[in-house]
Amino acid sequence: MANSPTKSLFTAELVLPAIKASFVKLSPRELIRNPVMFVTAVVAALLTVLLVVGHDGLTTGFKLQLVVWLWLTVLFGTFAEALAEGRGKAQAASLRAAKAELTAKRLKGAGHEWENVPASALKIGDVVLVETGDLIPSDGEVVAGVASVNEAAITGESAPVIREAGGDRSAVTAGTRVISDEIRVKVTVNPGQGFLDRMIALVEGAERQKTPNEVALTILLVGLTIIFLIAVGTIPGFASFAGGSIPVAILAALLITLIPTTIAALLSAIGIAGMDRLVRFNVLAKSGRAVEAAGDVDVLLLDKTGTITIGDRQASEFRAVGGSDVDALAEAALMASLADETPEGRSIVVLAREQFKVSVASLPADAEIIPFTAQTRISGVRIGDRLIQKGAVDSILRAHPGVGETAAATQLRRITDEIARAGGTPLAVAENGRLLGAIFLKDVVKAGIRERFGELRRMGIRTVMITGDNPLTAAAIAAEAGVDDFLAQATPEDKLALIRKEQQGGKLVAMCGDGTNDAPALAQADVGVAMNTGTQAAREAGNMVDLDSDPTKLIEVVGLGKQLLMTRGALTTFSVANDVAKYFAIIPAMFVALYPGLGVLNVMGLATPQSAILSAIIFNALIIPLLVPLALKGVAYKPMGAGPLLARNLAVYGLGGLIAPFVGIKIIDLVVGGLGLA
Amino acid sequence: MTLQGWALILGFVAILLALTKPVGAWLFALYEGRRTPLHVVLGPVERGFYKMAGIDPNAQQGWRRYALHMLIFNVALMVFTYAVLRLQFYLPGNPQGLAGLTPHLAFNTAISFTTNTNWQSYGGESTMSNLSQMLGLTIHNFLSAATGIALAFALFRGFAGRETKHLGNFWADVTRITLYLLLPICVVYTLFLIASGVPQTMAGVVNIDTLEGVRQSILLGPVASQEAIKMLGTNGGGFFNANSAHPFENPTALVNFVQMLSIFVIGFGLTWCFGKAVGNTRQGWAILSAMILLFLGGAAVCYWAEAAGNPVLHQLGVAGGNMEGKEVRFGVAASALFAAVTTAASCGAVNAMHDSFTALGGMIPLFNMQLGEVVIGGVGAGIYGFLLFAILAVFVAGLMVGRTPEYVGKKIESREVKLAVLAIAVLPLFVLGMTALSCVTGQGLAGPLNKGPHGFGEILYAFTSAVANNGSAFGGLTAATPWYDGLLGVAMWVGRFFIIVPMLAIAGSLAAKKHVPASAGSFPTTGVLWVGLLVGIVLVLGGLTFLPSLALGPIADHLAMIRGQLF
Repeated sequence: MANSPTKSLFTAELVLPAIKASFVKLSPRELIRNPVMFVTAVVAALLTVLLVVGHDGLTTGFKLQLVVWLWLTVLFGTFAEALAEGRGKAQAASLRAAKAELTAKRLKGAGHEWENVPASALKIGDVVLVETGDLIPSDGEVVAGVASVNEAAITGESAPVIREAGGDRSAVTAGTRVISDEIRVKVTVNPGQGFLDRMIALVEGAERQKTPNEVALTILLVGLTIIFLIAVGTIPGFASFAGGSIPVAILAALLITLIPTTIAALLSAIGIAGMDRLVRFNVLAKSGRAVEAAGDVDVLLLDKTGTITIGDRQASEFRAVGGSDVDALAEAALMASLADETPEGRSIVVLAREQFKVSVASLPADAEIIPFTAQTRISGVRIGDRLIQKGAVDSILRAHPGVGETAAATQLRRITDEIARAGGTPLAVAENGRLLGAIFLKDVVKAGIRERFGELRRMGIRTVMITGDNPLTAAAIAAEAGVDDFLAQATPEDKLALIRKEQQGGKLVAMCGDGTNDAPALAQADVGVAMNTGTQAAREAGNMVDLDSDPTKLIEVVGLGKQLLMTRGALTTFSVANDVAKYFAIIPAMFVALYPGLGVLNVMGLATPQSAILSAIIFNALIIPLLVPLALKGVAYKPMGAGPLLARNLAVYGLGGLIAPFVGIKIIDLVVGGLGLA
Repeated sequence: MTLQGWALILGFVAILLALTKPVGAWLFALYEGRRTPLHVVLGPVERGFYKMAGIDPNAQQGWRRYALHMLIFNVALMVFTYAVLRLQFYLPGNPQGLAGLTPHLAFNTAISFTTNTNWQSYGGESTMSNLSQMLGLTIHNFLSAATGIALAFALFRGFAGRETKHLGNFWADVTRITLYLLLPICVVYTLFLIASGVPQTMAGVVNIDTLEGVRQSILLGPVASQEAIKMLGTNGGGFFNANSAHPFENPTALVNFVQMLSIFVIGFGLTWCFGKAVGNTRQGWAILSAMILLFLGGAAVCYWAEAAGNPVLHQLGVAGGNMEGKEVRFGVAASALFAAVTTAASCGAVNAMHDSFTALGGMIPLFNMQLGEVVIGGVGAGIYGFLLFAILAVFVAGLMVGRTPEYVGKKIESREVKLAVLAIAVLPLFVLGMTALSCVTGQGLAGPLNKGPHGFGEILYAFTSAVANNGSAFGGLTAATPWYDGLLGVAMWVGRFFIIVPMLAIAGSLAAKKHVPASAGSFPTTGVLWVGLLVGIVLVLGGLTFLPSLALGPIADHLAMIRGQLF
């Protein structure tokens, strides 16, 4: 995630409150939510009591150290969670500031009369007036007017956006500021349920519910804990057969090193940090479930315009017909486009000037501009007796009955087909009813998008391009962009049908959309990312909102979802792999008095049994803060197939988890011995 | 160790690999309820059974119903056997006039045979009448094996099902498996055994005068018929107390080899059947590869330890491998292989005394069982047990590739993980718990013959064998006491049914799910990596759970032996 903002993890302003919070989180009610850490705390409490009343032949100094490290193990876990939460809290504070003291000008009836009420008094259906400089008091839909709105409070982007009644840009968000004009907004949410409220709750982690995979993992960890409780709890019986006994403190140490404390301590921090990463990425997920689902996505539906191609088509070629000169065509096209301020029109001017050296600077004063209308679908210019027109091929032919039968028209139709097949859109140019030729408007595929789709393919995700273009054009662009499939001349119903079809085949589908007509598809998709610029309906239907309104971000969201799961899996593997070394440290230390032969299992050559046990427990505790940065940042993720990915992660976290504690415990043992702690 | 010994082990696996597909295809036909060539003869018999019992073989059952009918069937059979054993004195087919069994022994034995464990607290020929052997015990050899395979079918249907509740029909599965698989093979197998010299007679005793002029009674009975299903159904309960070490049960090297093959053959076939059922036989081969790796590892260590022998005896001038407790006619390799096979599969038949193995050699049978009897395993039980591990393996692997884990097209979610953990925790809970209990109670401590780590190993082995439904005995432990009969009986029951019920619940939950087609993003469960992961998960879970107990048992025993101390 190269372009996501990064921030140092361990600044004083984050760490100090987190330390304080980590003690608050020791309350049993908080701890019970994490069964493994709860067991650790119970064992630590038990040993603390035994420290005072127990008589087991162990020195008090040794037991005291065990107790301290056990409590530290618990504290490191709560600290990790507090640190992860702290990062979200800072963000929530600034959002809260935006929400504070919102007041509304509630309209009475249809007139211009209004009353001042606090934003919290607004109900669904109220209409409020928002004038220049006012903060919008509630989420809603613009019902009248057009205004530019600064949404920096939500998106962090200070460039204003246009909000207007009707169409796909009618949704406004509480806490954003109108910086010009005035609008009337119909309130669409009740107090406390707005976008801003949800966002605050989300980044604070207050509403955090465990995601399905997190629940499943917690069950696995509880299962492992139970198995190790059995394994350790039966040792006293076995030892008594051998004619000895094992002190409770030693058994407790073995239990705590074996149960998966590492992953359990970091589990909620991973989840919180994952959501936080998404928020930093300016994507707002309505639930953790949606983020996990993003990691599972099989099919990605992407709109062509704005996602795969840059929004505007560019003129790339002039094709003359009927014996006319290509320079004449270029000159006519330029004249017809000088007054055309659309990006397409400007690109025609640029092409004519740069490639054909047409040196007309501006239209003569007497030129009469013919604007584009949806009815004629033709624009142009009349200069004296010259009438130059450009427009869709069909429209030009229709505007000049009879021209259709000429040889030039036949030639034009052939060129039209060629252009469509090449993924372009043709515009016909005519002067005084005579066809001059066609302009090749090219859909420009975004730089690097092909590589992105290649990455997705390696991740096992199929991309489908959605476009209103005809199948011929769509096929050409699809081939150029490297998508796997396309849906041409797509209607909203087509989109919905496609999603349903894929889902019936067991696929998970992600899509993004902004318009109201996208809402059903957004709701149907497993991951629906609504653009923040979109309508309220779209934003309600999707399970994520992209505050930057950048459709390509879906790709990153998928990566984030995968990263979240991978971090959990990797640390679980690491945690369990650690147990092997811990056994080799503690088993010989524990049993060597019963059967001296078992001393050969002390492969690390740890100094004394007490030092071995202490070193294992210290390693077990220290590994938690050492892994906090990894838990918060997530494991490195490169798009690749599942097989190589697993091989890599198994090598790093499985094999690494097997070896690391052997080294770590040995080093700690040397330090413990050197300091004379045991 | 000899080249011949290794050739035996590898040749054994090669022959089984060749048999995997044909046996698997036959099993698959039964799984699907398709017609087989045997239907011409046995079809009317099958339909007759259904008519008699009023069963519609096509009536589909959900997991709860399947489990309930399976339990009713097994409880009924258990009670029946208990009655037969208690009342054998009053029943016919008792030429020796043997008395009825004590309550605790009958309880233990009835559970033992119902659960496919065949732990024998009794001495076969001297306790059981012919009728008890045939009606009370051999019947279970067929039906407990058929139950195991039927349960595996139910789980396969769970994986293969598409948004359905149906797991098949328990009665139809058991009937078909018994009629078309177990019986026909056993008929041929029994004839082969009789031809090789295994007795098959209703006569009780042959009295002869030996050359020394002493009168000797030689016990005979319907041995061959029991022997066939004892192996094929991974039951392991021998006619004679000496089990497959007895020349009448296991007369020749060839019979010994065929017995080993027949322990594994259905287990191998079931992996292929699983692959076929889920639509990709490579899935089955992957499971089988993991099982074979685990098996060969164990067999190699066991063979090495036994061939290396006992250094204490070497110093006394006894050269060569450890021959204590082994039949000279089988030797080290065939005995070590037999031990590895019988404990990898939950058969429990023995052709040598595992108690007399070297410490490490004897640890392999123990560890094989502690892995949960999933290395090939008991018929049916092996593969469904292994699939529970596969669910956990795929869960961890799935997370590591950043996707909700899925296995053969089914998403593995919290319900499956919960049930799999529940089933897997049964083994450590009861093995370790009951062993510890026996270590601290007077009646428990009265059991083991030896002291120190070896004596501990005897107790541990008994409970491991019982919970894992293996049934092999380490020897040395006096188990025919109320304490051990009772506790082991409970151990066998929970080891079987406390795993089966959650397993069937998983099957039900999987069947109800949508099928997710594999994509490049889903982790392939057919390759080398997956096989390695499976082996790793089974070893790590088994190892981490049982290491303390192994350290105080066979490992301490072995280390003491090196230092010249024997127990």
